[in-house]
Amino acid sequence: MIEIPGLYNYWVVVFLMMAGFYVVISQGNLVKKLVGLGLFQASVFILYITMGNLSGGQAPIVTEGIFIYSNPLPHVLILTAIVVGVATTAVGLALVVRIHEAYGSIEEDEIHAIDLADDETLSTESADPEDSSE
Amino acid sequence: MLIAVAAIRMRDLFGVVILFGVYSLLTAVLFMDLDAVDVAFTEAAVGAGVTTVLLLSSLRLTRRWEAPPRHSPLLSLLVVGVTGAALVYATLDAPLLGDPSSPVHKHVAPRYLQEAAGEVGMPNIVTAVLASYRGYDTFGETLVIFTAGLAVLLLLGFGEETKPRIEPASMHEQVVLKTVVKLIIPLILLYALYVQFHGDFGAGGGFQAGVIFATGFILYEMVFGAENARGVMPAPLLPRLAALGVLLYGGVGIFSMLAGKPFLDYSALSADPVHGQHLGVLLVELGVGITVFSIVLSIFYALSGRKRRHD
Repeated sequence: MIEIPGLYNYWVVVFLMMAGFYVVISQGNLVKKLVGLGLFQASVFILYITMGNLSGGQAPIVTEGIFIYSNPLPHVLILTAIVVGVATTAVGLALVVRIHEAYGSIEEDEIHAIDLADDETLSTESADPEDSSE
Repeated sequence: MLIAVAAIRMRDLFGVVILFGVYSLLTAVLFMDLDAVDVAFTEAAVGAGVTTVLLLSSLRLTRRWEAPPRHSPLLSLLVVGVTGAALVYATLDAPLLGDPSSPVHKHVAPRYLQEAAGEVGMPNIVTAVLASYRGYDTFGETLVIFTAGLAVLLLLGFGEETKPRIEPASMHEQVVLKTVVKLIIPLILLYALYVQFHGDFGAGGGFQAGVIFATGFILYEMVFGAENARGVMPAPLLPRLAALGVLLYGGVGIFSMLAGKPFLDYSALSADPVHGQHLGVLLVELGVGITVFSIVLSIFYALSGRKRRHD
C-alpha cells in the first residue's frame, strides 16, 4: 500500500485525459469538442509537470542555500506547449466559425446531414442529363 | 476534476467556457504547488485569460446552446473506460511522484541544473534551457505560433469592413468599469515589460510577456470598443510585427553563423561568452515576446471583428 500515494498523480491525469477524450468522441458540438481537446491537453501538461517534480525540490531558479530543484526540462517543454496550444485552439475556433458561416450549425450531426443532402442533390443533378439523353 | 465533469455535463456553452477557465486557473495553482512557477504563470495567463476570451468571442459568432445528444453515450463511455483502465494499469510500473531516481531526472537535466548558472549566466534555469540549450525547439515553436496566427487570419481576415459596431448602451454608462480599466491597463503593460526583461532572473519570459501585453490590449478593446483599440494598434501592423519577432530570433541565429559559430550559438555575440549568452537570450526572448503578442492580438481581432452571418 506504500506505492499507492505515489501514483495518484497519474490517476488524476488519466481521469482528466479520459474526460477530455470522452468529450471529443461523444459530443456533437464542435466548440465543446475543442474544450474537450483542451482538457486532454491540460492533462498531458499535468503529467509532464508531475514527472518533473522532486520531493523537497524548489522552483528551478538558482538561489543561495538551495540544492534540490525540480527538473526544468519538462517546464520548458510545457511552457511553450501551452502557448502553442492556444494558437492551435484559435485555428480550430476559426474553422468552427467558418463552418458555422457555411452550414449555419456547429453540431456534427446536422453538418453531416446537410452534407449528405448536398451529395444527393448533386448526384440527382448529374444523373438527370443521362436520363434525358436516353 | 469536479469542474471538468461539470463542464462536460453542461449544455450552456457559455457556462462550459467559464468552467474551462476556472479549470485552467486551478491547473495553474497545481503547477505552482509542483514548483513549476514559469509554467503556472503561463497557464494562468493563457488558459484562464486568453483562451476564455477567444472561446467567448467565437461563441458570439456561433451559438450559445448545444443541441441535445442524439445517441446514447454508452459506446463512447465503454471505449473511454477501457482506454482509461489500460492507462491506469500502465501507471503501476511508473516511477513515484517526486522520486529522484526516476529516469526523467537522470538524463540531461542534472547537467542543466549544475552548469546553466555558469555557462549562460542567469539564475532562472527554465529561461536558460528555453532560449539557449533548446533554442532550436523554441525557434520552431515560435514559428508554429506564427503559422497558426497566419492560418487564423487567412480563414477569418481582420473583419474587412470595420463597420463601427453599435456599442451596447450599457457599456457607455459603465463609468466605474472604464475608470478602473484605464488605471489597470498601464499596470498590465508595465508588468508585461517587467516579465519580459526580468525573465532571466525570476519567473517569466517572452511567452508570458507577449500574452500579458496582448491581454492589456484585449481588455482595452473590450471596454472602449474596436475603433479605439485599432487606432492604438492598427490591425495590418500586427502580422508585420509577428514576422519581425521571428526575424529577430532567426537573425540572431544567422548572425552567429556569420560570426563562424553554429546557428543560435549566442557566444558569438560578444567577446565574453557568458555576456554573449545573456545578450542572445535577451534578444531571442524579445523576438518571442513580439511574435506571441502580435499573434494573440491579431487572432483576437480576427474573431472579434467578424460579424455574425447566420440566424
